[in-house]
Amino acid sequence: MTDTPLLIADGLSKNYGNRIGCRDVSLEVYPGEVLAVVGESGSGKSTLLGLLSTELEPSAGRVSYRLRDGRLADLASLGAAEKRLLMRTDWGFVRQNPADGLRMAVSAGGNVGERLMAVGWRHYGHIRDEALDWLAKVEIAGDRIDDDPRAFSGGMRQRLQIARNLVTRPRLVFMDEPTGGLDVSVQARLLDLIRGLVAELGLAVIIVTHDLAVARLLSHRMVVMRHGRVIETGITDQVLDDPREPYTQLLVSSVLAA
Amino acid sequence: MNAHAVGGMPEITYNFAYLDEQTKRMIRRAILKAIAVPGYQVPFAAREMPMPYGWGTGGVQVTAAVLGPKDVLKVIDQGADDTTNAVAIRGFFEKTARVATTTSAVEATVIQTRHRVPETPLAEHQILVYQVPIPEPLRFLEPRETETRQLHALAEYGLMHVKLYEDIARHGHIATTYAYPVEVAGRYVMDPSPIPKFDNPKLDDCPALQLFGAGREKRIYAIPPYTRVRSLDFEDHPFKVQRFAKPCALCAATGVYLDEVILDDKGGRMFVCSDTDYCNGRQVAGHRGEMAAPVGEGA
Amino acid sequence: MSKPSLPILSVSGVAKTFILHLREGARLPVVNGAGFDLYAGECVALGGPSGAGKSSLLKMVYGNYRVDEGTIRVRDGEEMVDVASTSPRRLIKLRDTTMGYVSQFLRVIPRVGARDVVAEPLIHDGVPPEEAVARAGALLARLNLPERLWNLPPATFSGGEQQRVNIARGLIAHRPLLLMDEPTASLDAANRNVVVELIAEKKRAGVAILGIFHDAEVREAACDRVIDVTDFAKAAA
Repeated sequence: MTDTPLLIADGLSKNYGNRIGCRDVSLEVYPGEVLAVVGESGSGKSTLLGLLSTELEPSAGRVSYRLRDGRLADLASLGAAEKRLLMRTDWGFVRQNPADGLRMAVSAGGNVGERLMAVGWRHYGHIRDEALDWLAKVEIAGDRIDDDPRAFSGGMRQRLQIARNLVTRPRLVFMDEPTGGLDVSVQARLLDLIRGLVAELGLAVIIVTHDLAVARLLSHRMVVMRHGRVIETGITDQVLDDPREPYTQLLVSSVLAA
Repeated sequence: MNAHAVGGMPEITYNFAYLDEQTKRMIRRAILKAIAVPGYQVPFAAREMPMPYGWGTGGVQVTAAVLGPKDVLKVIDQGADDTTNAVAIRGFFEKTARVATTTSAVEATVIQTRHRVPETPLAEHQILVYQVPIPEPLRFLEPRETETRQLHALAEYGLMHVKLYEDIARHGHIATTYAYPVEVAGRYVMDPSPIPKFDNPKLDDCPALQLFGAGREKRIYAIPPYTRVRSLDFEDHPFKVQRFAKPCALCAATGVYLDEVILDDKGGRMFVCSDTDYCNGRQVAGHRGEMAAPVGEGA
Repeated sequence: MSKPSLPILSVSGVAKTFILHLREGARLPVVNGAGFDLYAGECVALGGPSGAGKSSLLKMVYGNYRVDEGTIRVRDGEEMVDVASTSPRRLIKLRDTTMGYVSQFLRVIPRVGARDVVAEPLIHDGVPPEEAVARAGALLARLNLPERLWNLPPATFSGGEQQRVNIARGLIAHRPLLLMDEPTASLDAANRNVVVELIAEKKRAGVAILGIFHDAEVREAACDRVIDVTDFAKAAA
């Protein structure tokens, strides 16, 4: 972990008409660090993820990102081309519903290879080798490379989505409830895989989840959201084991101990 | 405009080439923009034409906008001059523009085509007008028009290679045989309309102006004369055109695009030139394929 | 043993009260005015009856529980870092390099085998994976964990087996300050002795150890002195 932040959010707010999506959120994410954003449905955590990843435009505030050349750029000041290049090379986005993050009619190999082709790879054999390598990393058998994700189970689809996102070696990955909707045993495998890849690749991750066990297993630091505001932050085990805010205490006490 | 009275009923008359002059100006502006930005799809206000979509309404509007009284028009449908569609469009312009028509690719100054590029090399004084059903080459993988426009604007063409990748993954080679995507002037990726990929090399460095009209989708795009047109491919799977094992059964031509013709229900078949004008020309010049009628016998 | 002049850990005026918002804001005082120093090469036990706040105090030193008042300063090279007030990132770094924690229970990571669980802190420190795994195996062997279990995830292990994995993970890498919460609770006599040996080795390596040892024999054998937290608890009540 280095001491210059990779991403800085400053006073982010988002209104949907009179409804507040997110209010005055400031946070920093450092290289190699996993930050969990937790809260119940409607707490604003998905809105925050949308703002951080520039998929949503803030009503106020800004997001800055340290580019590979070391320059800290206000993301709103980047041109569309620069922003898209950033998103398909330096960033990843793993969605809760794999159908939103994958091309369901394109083979597994094509899904993984797309980002490579987007950054100029033009050798079929090399693209395929790289895709095979990444399928192995996410524990998908090589002989499934030509199958499309419609033939995959939910867990496999999520692993494929991860491979598709990581193939260009991004530095920052956004994850929106990546284990939502999966069976518990499948969740455990996926979490372990994410945990391993994050450590191996030194990824920074911003993960939105309502599952405190996921936050505990994956994240270094945590942000608790309620009604669009950050109400508590800290080291993950500190927030979970000694929650200060009434709402956080409620969240923590609502979890069935395993 | 003068209305002739025939049997007491006024005969319907048309403005030259059917469209009114304002509409033609609008289309010509779109064409000029398309020529200025090779391969870029220019939106235009396509009019309703007296024929159904899919019958070449886009091509007909482009032809109407570029046609002058002295032009000689040829219309090709899948290489042939005598199919219903070709005959109908030729008749349309004979009636509304009273221009001369021809089946000869050499004599024509404007050639409207569906699905083929003539085998006869084109020249600088000619315009080739393509009928286009779906102008967007990225549509296969990206249904959102807002997104495909972004991709073109930013020259993000990785997606196009995903389609070719899928071809190789599923078939062992690039199995796209028609509407094979091309990159125009090193910038825009373009759908050359459903011509066989056999014709793609003819688009490159072509002396004639090539115009593409999509009526239903309301788009016009162009390849100016002598423009670099490159078919997309992979380094280890380079673009290749089809080869035919035998020459044309009628005119013995090689290196041309052949159609398969079923002769009977016992598996009999022959391969003949898809370009009927070209084939006839060779036969008149004395070339004879293995199944051609002997000289002096029949037509 | 002559004490070096600079403490590894310096606790001063620490107070902590839990506020239970779900029970109408009930206040649960833990400690007040807690203060002591810990030096390199010594093992110190927190003493007192259960409920006196030993475990809470240990967790506050690790930064697992927050502190209401006072300072908990830990030496990191030339710097003294106050766990009570430092930033989360500085605390994470302090844990990475300086502070180890052996809890009573192993927090099981799905699908990771016992030997890899133990090797992880070494790999994190940059030790080559092969060497780290070999050292993890050697330590597990010393703690008499059967080799057939090494590749299995510890989720299905018995309490004693899990605890040995936990101890091995906590002790394998060098950390100048070690916090141990009942490390021998579920162990038999033979393994308790191994743990006492391991603690002695750590002390010789200059590690400062703060722990909770209910087992009187272990405490006698391993610890240099006992800090009674009863007084801190009384002050809090």
